[in-house]
Amino acid sequence: MAKGTLYNKVWNAHVVEKLPTGQYQLFIGLHLIHEVTSPQAFDMVTEKGLKVAYPERTFATVDHIVPTQSQARPFQDGEAEQMMGAIERNVRKFGIQFFDFGSGSQGIVHIIGPENGLTQPGMTIACGDSHTSTHGAFGTLAFGIGTTQVRDVLATQCLAMDALKVRRINVTGRLKPGVTAKDVTLFIIQKLGVKGGIGYAYEYGGEVFDAMTMEERMTVCNMAIEGGARVGYVNPDQVTFDYLKGRKYSPSEEKWDKVVAYWGSFASGPDAQYDDVVEFKGEDIEPIVTWGITPDQSVGVNDRLPAVGKFSDDEVKTVELAYRHMDLKPGEPIKGTPIDVAFIGSCTNGRLSDLREAAKVAKGRKVSPKVRAFVVPGSQQVKVAAEKEGLDKVFREAGFEWREAGCSMCLAMNPDKLKGREISASSSNRNFIGRQGSKDGRTMLMSPAMVAAAAIEGKVTDAREFMK
Amino acid sequence: MSKVIKVEGRAVPVEGNDIDTDRIIPARYLKEITFTNMGKYPFYDERFDAEGRPKGHPFDLPQFQGASLLFVNQNFGCGSSREHAPQSLMRWGVRAIVGESFAEIFAGNCTMLGIPTVTVGRAEMEGLQALVKERPTTAFTLDLEKKLLLSGGKEHLKIEVHESKRNALINGTWDSTGLLLANGDKTAEVAKRLPYVAGF
Repeated sequence: MAKGTLYNKVWNAHVVEKLPTGQYQLFIGLHLIHEVTSPQAFDMVTEKGLKVAYPERTFATVDHIVPTQSQARPFQDGEAEQMMGAIERNVRKFGIQFFDFGSGSQGIVHIIGPENGLTQPGMTIACGDSHTSTHGAFGTLAFGIGTTQVRDVLATQCLAMDALKVRRINVTGRLKPGVTAKDVTLFIIQKLGVKGGIGYAYEYGGEVFDAMTMEERMTVCNMAIEGGARVGYVNPDQVTFDYLKGRKYSPSEEKWDKVVAYWGSFASGPDAQYDDVVEFKGEDIEPIVTWGITPDQSVGVNDRLPAVGKFSDDEVKTVELAYRHMDLKPGEPIKGTPIDVAFIGSCTNGRLSDLREAAKVAKGRKVSPKVRAFVVPGSQQVKVAAEKEGLDKVFREAGFEWREAGCSMCLAMNPDKLKGREISASSSNRNFIGRQGSKDGRTMLMSPAMVAAAAIEGKVTDAREFMK
Repeated sequence: MSKVIKVEGRAVPVEGNDIDTDRIIPARYLKEITFTNMGKYPFYDERFDAEGRPKGHPFDLPQFQGASLLFVNQNFGCGSSREHAPQSLMRWGVRAIVGESFAEIFAGNCTMLGIPTVTVGRAEMEGLQALVKERPTTAFTLDLEKKLLLSGGKEHLKIEVHESKRNALINGTWDSTGLLLANGDKTAEVAKRLPYVAGF
């Protein structure tokens, strides 16, 4: 088993007890909740006659079901309105801090945690959402959990957990111009597969990660789960500390040196031992586009779709299903694949830097008349910051719709959905069958700049051609 | 809470690797604020056409009605953490899942509901799926204590199961709240020791 890694240090600092089952009781430092996976958990707490043990350590927002055309209440969708009512009642009843529409801090749960300084190095974090791995960018252990586990965290501030193995993923050298964090994370998943991370925490490191901003690190950690790893993290460094300084819930200035020393102490040491180490070269990574129904079915934008015979016996059936569903053929180039919808947003790529990258491509150009294109900021704060820079105008003038904050068409629980066989270029994280709201709909995942380029050309395009 | 030592019954096969939780339960059904109706929805979009007519999915075939074991392949339950996925399978009638491998969060959610997720090799699973397709009346017993899957009363197959999950199931402590609550004082000590809890 791994030794001396951030994973081990954070884990050890939070173990309450070894349970009779062999699992460990782990204290959860930060619990984030949203409207979809929490109502049943609160009901279970009430039914069992329990209380919320540490209400000050849980923070709530609404993101999955919220309409992005307008946040006005009541929502047109009665079920969404009912769900909204449930979280409003529960946060009142149990005394939980709620980032609702009026707070100015509503947004996707994995975007508002970091931007408010709630997510801090050395913490354990849990949320009833698989993309909780995002918070690992700060050197935390952040677990996606189910609703019954949300109940456990509410009632006890703890989870019963099994220890994971740790795989170090080094990406050395530098990225080529126009290659983004999204391409790095899609590349790693392509190489290690969607099952490769089962049983592992992924520690991302090397020169490429050292050079990344916090927002870029969040994009990579966000998709650890798409590679099968429940937890992904980057060791905290000066970039992390600088990001956190002055945020709403960050520690105050006078304690800063002490706090930074504490945070830094969790980083994996030079003598850390891993269960596995893999290495990739930053120079080998191209802008990546998914062509299939799992996030590892992807190619470089200038590559052709792979022959079925190139895959292992284990993969062939999924590959054949993917080609049928996507109506694409082996040997075809991915570049030039026509799109119907362009979606920029989500917990993967809905932050300010993502919108900036997409806006650079969109500026002074027009969305293809065949394409329905929209931009959904990840949070109210991202929206305000983007508007301050005039990004909303850039997008609107190019023909993109500019929306309110939410998860939107990443999982299509709100009115933003694909229709029929529509195919999207999407900056989100999952290309599963039916994911974007139509059971026959199709998704191609790519970076925000690549989505913007596809929106303009009406087909998959190498965004670097727009950056010359 | 009941001990889960043996699961007996017939089995239903759902073939394919990487069956994600969006396929197990489409997100639109997550808008319900209770799990009560989830048993109506497992694999909904794969089972029914646009008019709601069954398309011949194993969950709708007469020979698999009443099955309590589910036979699946690799990385079953990948993707979203939605507990609605195991809830929908459980409320349809699934009491145990045998597969080649499971996604982490899904398997954890199953344990929290008292549903064992146990694994066998690829050849074994192909054999099991072929067997239930050919002879759907075959009676199985999943024995967690002995770590065996018995088919037709005689064939024994060794299964792998995560040891802590097995302990939790056979000792009836799979619903972990009680165990965690019992250590409330120790939890408070850990909270006190963590500098960030007290605001540094």
